[in-house]
Amino acid sequence: MNPDLTDSILYLDAVSVSFDGFRALNDLSLVVGRGELRAIIGPNGAGKTTMMDVVTGKTRPDNGTVVFDGSTDLTAMDEAAIAALGIGRKFQKPTVFDGQTVEDNLLLALEGPRSAVSSLFGWRSRVAVEQVLDVLAIVRLGDLRAKLAGSLSHGQKQWLEIGMLLAQNPKLLLVDEPVAGMTDAETEETARLLTSIAGDHAVVVVEHDMSFVRTLNCKVTCLHEGSVLAEGSIDLVSANDRVIDVYLGR
Amino acid sequence: MMRAILLILGLLSCSLLSPLPVRADDSAALLSRLATDNYGDIESGITALASSGLAGSEIILNALADGRLSYRPSDKALFIKDASGAWMEAATNATPASVPMGLKPVKVNNRVRRALEAALGSMTLMSPDPLKRIAAADAVFKSRDANTLAALDAVISKEADATVKRHFEDARAAVLMLKSDAPEADRVAAANTLGARGDQDSLALLSSVTEANAPANVVASASLAAKGIERRLALLSTAQNAWYGLSLGSVLLLAAIGLAITFGVMGIINMAHGEMVMLGAYTTFVVQEFIRAKAPSLFDWSLPIAIPLAFCVSGLVGLLIERLIIRHLYGRPLETLLATWGVSLVLQQAVRSIFGANNREVGAPSYMTGVWDLGGFQITYGRLWIIVFSLAVFLALLVVMKGTSLGLRMRAVIQNRRMAAAMGIRTPVIDALTFALGSGVAGIAGVALSQIDNVSPNLGQSYIIDSFLVVVFGGVGNLWGTLLGALSLGLANKFLEPLAGAVLGKIVLLAIIILFIQRRPRGLFALKGRAVES
Amino acid sequence: MIAFLFRRFDKTATGFILALALIAVLVPVFNLVVSETSAFHIPNYLVALWGKYLSYALLAVALDLVWGYCGILSLGHGAFFALGGYAMGMYLMRQIGARGVYANPILPDFMVFLNWKELPYTWYFFDHFAYAALMVVLVPSLLALVFGWFAFRSRVTGVYLSIITQSLTYALLLAFFRNDMGFGGNNGLTDFKDIVGASIQSPSTRAALFALTAVFLALGFLVARALVTSRFGQVLAAIRDAESRTRFLGYRVEHYKLLVFVVSAAMAGIAGALYVPQVGIINPSEFAPANSIEAVIWVAVGGRGTLVGAAIGAVLVNFAKTWLTGTSPEFWLYGLGALFILVTLFLPKGIVGALAARFGQRGEGDAA
Ligand SMILES: Nc1ncnc2c1ncn2[C@@H]1O[C@H](COP(=O)(O)OP(=O)(O)O)[C@@H](O)[C@H]1O
Ligand SMILES: [Mg+2]
Repeated sequence: MNPDLTDSILYLDAVSVSFDGFRALNDLSLVVGRGELRAIIGPNGAGKTTMMDVVTGKTRPDNGTVVFDGSTDLTAMDEAAIAALGIGRKFQKPTVFDGQTVEDNLLLALEGPRSAVSSLFGWRSRVAVEQVLDVLAIVRLGDLRAKLAGSLSHGQKQWLEIGMLLAQNPKLLLVDEPVAGMTDAETEETARLLTSIAGDHAVVVVEHDMSFVRTLNCKVTCLHEGSVLAEGSIDLVSANDRVIDVYLGR
Repeated sequence: MMRAILLILGLLSCSLLSPLPVRADDSAALLSRLATDNYGDIESGITALASSGLAGSEIILNALADGRLSYRPSDKALFIKDASGAWMEAATNATPASVPMGLKPVKVNNRVRRALEAALGSMTLMSPDPLKRIAAADAVFKSRDANTLAALDAVISKEADATVKRHFEDARAAVLMLKSDAPEADRVAAANTLGARGDQDSLALLSSVTEANAPANVVASASLAAKGIERRLALLSTAQNAWYGLSLGSVLLLAAIGLAITFGVMGIINMAHGEMVMLGAYTTFVVQEFIRAKAPSLFDWSLPIAIPLAFCVSGLVGLLIERLIIRHLYGRPLETLLATWGVSLVLQQAVRSIFGANNREVGAPSYMTGVWDLGGFQITYGRLWIIVFSLAVFLALLVVMKGTSLGLRMRAVIQNRRMAAAMGIRTPVIDALTFALGSGVAGIAGVALSQIDNVSPNLGQSYIIDSFLVVVFGGVGNLWGTLLGALSLGLANKFLEPLAGAVLGKIVLLAIIILFIQRRPRGLFALKGRAVES
Repeated sequence: MIAFLFRRFDKTATGFILALALIAVLVPVFNLVVSETSAFHIPNYLVALWGKYLSYALLAVALDLVWGYCGILSLGHGAFFALGGYAMGMYLMRQIGARGVYANPILPDFMVFLNWKELPYTWYFFDHFAYAALMVVLVPSLLALVFGWFAFRSRVTGVYLSIITQSLTYALLLAFFRNDMGFGGNNGLTDFKDIVGASIQSPSTRAALFALTAVFLALGFLVARALVTSRFGQVLAAIRDAESRTRFLGYRVEHYKLLVFVVSAAMAGIAGALYVPQVGIINPSEFAPANSIEAVIWVAVGGRGTLVGAAIGAVLVNFAKTWLTGTSPEFWLYGLGALFILVTLFLPKGIVGALAARFGQRGEGDAA
């Protein structure tokens, strides 16, 4: 058996996706280990978000394999089933439930049974509310607990979405451009949070902010035109000529 | 006059059929055979009379057929009652000296009636009017009375008109086909003749030939001929269905084409779309009324005149709706749906208040009436024009959208409103114009639909669901999809109808579309991409 | 169970339930007990009329449950209402027995008229009230289940869903017009005599039906409220506001939609079953798409996502309809049309929503 596959939390091999003839992912192969923190960089349109779409079931790949946790084939599953496996996602454009309070957003995300019938009972149990309070403390939204999520600023929504991800407690977190709209201090805080989660959870972060990526201090993958251009430590990747050509600039 | 002609006919027929004139005492005996109440005797009397060539026998038989023939039991004399109710002696054609007493009608049952029809049929076979001869031949074809065979053989050899001759031969073949004592070769030939005739009646006749009533090779050739006819008929009915389907499809296209712009391209759910069509139809009505009153000679021009007017009326109403209501609801499709439904109610009621609730009569210009027969395949001019018209409207719209700067700006606004605005396009103006264009096209559709549907305040209601289904089915935002959607729904409807009946066919089609939309919510020609998802 | 229904009760809900309890008692009393000469007497026709309004209100609550709380704008809820009504109508038809014009003890008149010899199997057991009552709930629910299963699984949403629900009721309209469907064709079912042994015409039966309708409206309201104030309701609102995000949290959106759609359809069916004995007829026109969309405007007028508002809207609009069609019938369609336009433009939250905003309460739609 392929050790890459069995030891990985996420295993993509030769994945291709095209939209009306345009190849957004082109034979992409990527392996993320259990508990690993991985940063993904690359120019706009490189296919980073599309890669997450494929993993979370939003987009079906034209071909290729996507395996979760060494054994589960994700290509045949829908979004809900994939999420239930323990894959959480923060979207590039923060998407929270604008019409509900911050607390309710977190309650909705909170790990637990998801079936329609079970949802008829046990709302706001004391345990659940305490867990939510913990998360609120981590993302520093305690004061805004009863506010409608729609009234938050962009940065606050980013935090709320990160909080929802924490509440969901997935095995794999896919985090798309988390620090856009955050202050420098918040950016640092986010980096600290993500590094602390890694280990228990695998985390894949997409980000353009190179100093943020540097503070993450992890393996970096650079995507370009739907496939991997370079992979390795941040110093290695940022010294790569092609990466400099297509992404970082000279 | 009539009587004189009949007399000449009678003479003619006797000169053809029997070279020897019938002697007077023979004729009396012949006539007296009808003077009875025994049906069998009457039947044989009729056949004898018909083949006798006796002058006036046709008059007598016609009288019998109309129930105007009576006899006097005392002397077995026949009397005919004429149209005025006066009696006339059958043998002499003279008015009797005194009103005859104690008459009994000569009665007719089904068998007698059949014999009578066959007899009359064989007699008119010799009519000088080719149409009458054809009618007579067809009558024989139906009755298949073996007694007419001799007469048929006689007229076939003399007939000069090819068409009439073909009818005679068909009739002869029909008689021979089931005549068990006819020569086998004749019956095989008859099967072929019937096969060549190729209609439903021939098919029925050929199918009734079985082992029980015919030798094996007659049955074989009959069934071969029957198969040939079945193929031909199936082809013809397929063609006819396809034509009806095409015609229905063009109506659907007309109804949906404006919606393809307002809903398909702009994404506005306009439930008052059907009312835009209705306004177009009422505009046609008003134009026609005006022309009828002021310039009747221009009547044939009423539709061409109505088209631009209907476009303006519906377009203007559309413009008002967009400016007053819809523009406040962009991005809220469900609310738009409700508000425009309200508009549709108001428009319907307004039309009802002005023109009344009843159907209004919209006349058809001369070029819209008439049928074009292509060998059993019938094309009505009205339908033909509507198909041509709908395609023309479709193409014109395509040209506007793809080929004009207005179209270019419309598409720019639809695809990326902010970008278009940044480039200096006045987006609200374009929105309003696009909606007005879609509504105006609906008005044009109303002109055409006034020709085939009742012009009433409810006209639009009957098209709204269909139109939406066409647009959704074809794929939103795609004019070609709408064309294909309309035509395929029209065809599917017409091909389902014979299988399931009109109403059930429609239900089945609705069910199929519902399932289809659930399989492919974005229609046949779905646009892909991120723009669609948002 | 009881606790489940009554948890998280607020003032509006309490007031609504109390008001319903009050009219369920008072209307029959003023109709039956107070003498006819008294100014307080409520005439029989008003009892039936208000009973009709209340059954409409139940339909509106059912519709609000799916539209206001889950964003499913069904333009075919009239179909569920009518199916429930037909199930009840079939029971009432079989109760006529040999008292029909043709005096056939088994076959309803229209079947005798069509020269039918046997009862179609669809009519079996409808002489038992329990069976009919079961069908009132089961038939609309099953239709909703099958239809919803297809629609939600393939993610038909928004106006597309609205259009196909409209086609659904339109297809049923065409089907029920057919004589050979065996449901009375064009004329539908009418000339009812008895319901569970009591004469359907008698004032006491009518009063009882009225009270029953009020009770079912209250029950429907309680069930709907219990649903929307539970975690289930929270997920519904999440689906309404951001369906795809909800999926990424692991919720099976289609199951949630299906459950609420089926519950709502059953409620609409019950409303139809209460409606039929009070108006005395059910015919295919109940399936007309216009009816379903009219029900939507009741909800919009009252305030969607408020439940109470839906019920109030249904009563108000229908009261106005009765009044206007009585005084100036042609004005009614103008009025109804204007109502659609004005409410969507100027009163998007409806009466109750606007009042709640005015008096500082949050609408129940976004409350927990
Ligand atoms: N649903 C879609 N339809 C059409 N094109 C898409 C779709 N999703 C992504 N793309 C295209 O695929 C390419 C990769 O996009 P994306 O993954 O968002 O890039 P990144 O996140 O790396 O900036 C882009 O060119 C984008 O336009
Ligand atoms: Mg991206």
